[in-house]
Amino acid sequence: MKKKPSSRQKSEFLWGWLFILPTMLGLIILNIYPMIDTIKQSFFKTGDFGKGNKFVGLANYEKVFGDSEVWQALANTMKYAIVEVPFSVVIALLLAVLLNKKLKGRSVFRTIFFLPMVVAPAAIAMVWKWLYNSNFGLINNTFNVKVNWISDPKIAIYSIAVIGIWSVIGYNMVLFLAGLQEVPRDYYEAASLDGANGWNQLIHITIPLISPTIFFVIVTRIIAGMQVFDLIYMLIDLNNPAWKKTESLVFLFYKYSFEQSKKGYGATVIVVLLAVILILTVIQLIGQKKWVHYE
Amino acid sequence: MDKKKIIYNALIYIILVFVSITMLVPFVWMFLTAFKTTAETMQVDPFVIIPKVWQTQNFGNVIRAMDFVRLYANTLGMVALRILFAILTATLSGYAFARLEFKGKNFMFALVLLQMMIPVQIFIIPQYVMVSKLHLTNTIWGLLFPGIVTAFGTFLLRQAYMQLPKDLEEAARLDGCNIPQTFLFIMAPLTKSAIVALGIFTAVFAYKDLMWPMIVCPDSRATTLASALAKMNGQYQQKYPELMMAALISCVPMIVIYIFFQRQFIEGIATSGGKL
Repeated sequence: MKKKPSSRQKSEFLWGWLFILPTMLGLIILNIYPMIDTIKQSFFKTGDFGKGNKFVGLANYEKVFGDSEVWQALANTMKYAIVEVPFSVVIALLLAVLLNKKLKGRSVFRTIFFLPMVVAPAAIAMVWKWLYNSNFGLINNTFNVKVNWISDPKIAIYSIAVIGIWSVIGYNMVLFLAGLQEVPRDYYEAASLDGANGWNQLIHITIPLISPTIFFVIVTRIIAGMQVFDLIYMLIDLNNPAWKKTESLVFLFYKYSFEQSKKGYGATVIVVLLAVILILTVIQLIGQKKWVHYE
Repeated sequence: MDKKKIIYNALIYIILVFVSITMLVPFVWMFLTAFKTTAETMQVDPFVIIPKVWQTQNFGNVIRAMDFVRLYANTLGMVALRILFAILTATLSGYAFARLEFKGKNFMFALVLLQMMIPVQIFIIPQYVMVSKLHLTNTIWGLLFPGIVTAFGTFLLRQAYMQLPKDLEEAARLDGCNIPQTFLFIMAPLTKSAIVALGIFTAVFAYKDLMWPMIVCPDSRATTLASALAKMNGQYQQKYPELMMAALISCVPMIVIYIFFQRQFIEGIATSGGKL
């Protein structure tokens, strides 16, 4: 069929590379090189004024593993993710199931639930800081309590996780709704003929059928949750007694790298976070075989 | 049976309305507080819900204090540049990865996927060093910098091109179109919805980003809305009417655009999948 296969191949090669050139050049300069450089920097001690960086081998890593602030930040990050991920996934899944029915006002609800997704976390954090205010905040006044939501070291990280849940429910829900569209209607009809109630349908039909979507949402939510920064940065200032108990790993990275100019140490913290995320993701990839059903 | 169904439906609506209220109350409270006096916000008994006199001058005061006109110009400029660059580079590379065969393609695409899977903070220190060496701190080009190319956009456009039928290209080729002509006149126009999705995704995440603008544009006149809010948050402490007015000013336009284009927004962001 092809008249001149070799000239066609030649021109595909030429244009192919020309077309991907801007993207690849950009990715190599802006991402691949920086990634290697960050890993390299984690083996260096940052010199004064960015000059005279000294190779220190694994010293940064030894320091990180002996640094109680890093361990505390890792614990804080984990606590945040352990609350944010399951709650945001379960609530979003239930809402998606409810909204998957023919319902008046369906798109209005969807629009409302998704709303926080288009607002800057900086603005969201400011509003919640005000809602959480222990003296004049809406929450304490409405329920007539006196809780120090974001200054009590015992609960502050969970209060922040609540904001995270509130922010991301709509997004998770939209992903679940997309997954639910693929479930054939007759599965439910057959089930209700067999007398299965709503709850049984959810457990035995819906969840197994959209388990790939659920898995995807959980994996990406954990990755995102482990990178929590904006909310904590906005809500917790240095005078806050809960400060030590809320700092996340990315927060520490920001503090070391850009506020204290210890880029080598900052780089080490972020490489550790990368490793933690990688491990968590691999564990899930192995674990999925037990519960995720692909067609 | 019918009665049961009515109760069941009522229950569903109660849940949905309850969640809606939970989602909306923070926004309503932000709005109401923005028009109060500081004294009103600190009044517990009686607890003030609606401002007695709407303090509309809060609006002007906050806009002038933080120079919001400039912040908006910076943010819009950054968003526009990022959309432009993302669409230009990603349509080209997306097409090549989906439709052309050439040596080295798979390895290059693996690099694209690698970038997508790695937390962005890994790139930030060297990116910042580059920006400061190029003397682009506190400029719009510094804000654009990490968004010049987009691995995610490349992936998204590649998916869009892969879904187009093969015979289109064959027909164009038989009509004598060369590769750039086929791309530009036949294929690219058919990926409009993916381009819109990429544009919305790019805009929303550029506008929401906090860390990068704080790092490259510490000057409050050169920075974006999000990073200016962070600065204000530290300076204004307990002046909640001003803080809420600032938050309101920075999010209302986005919310209005969202309400008009909600279907495109939701689909655009939902197709983005993992990149959050």
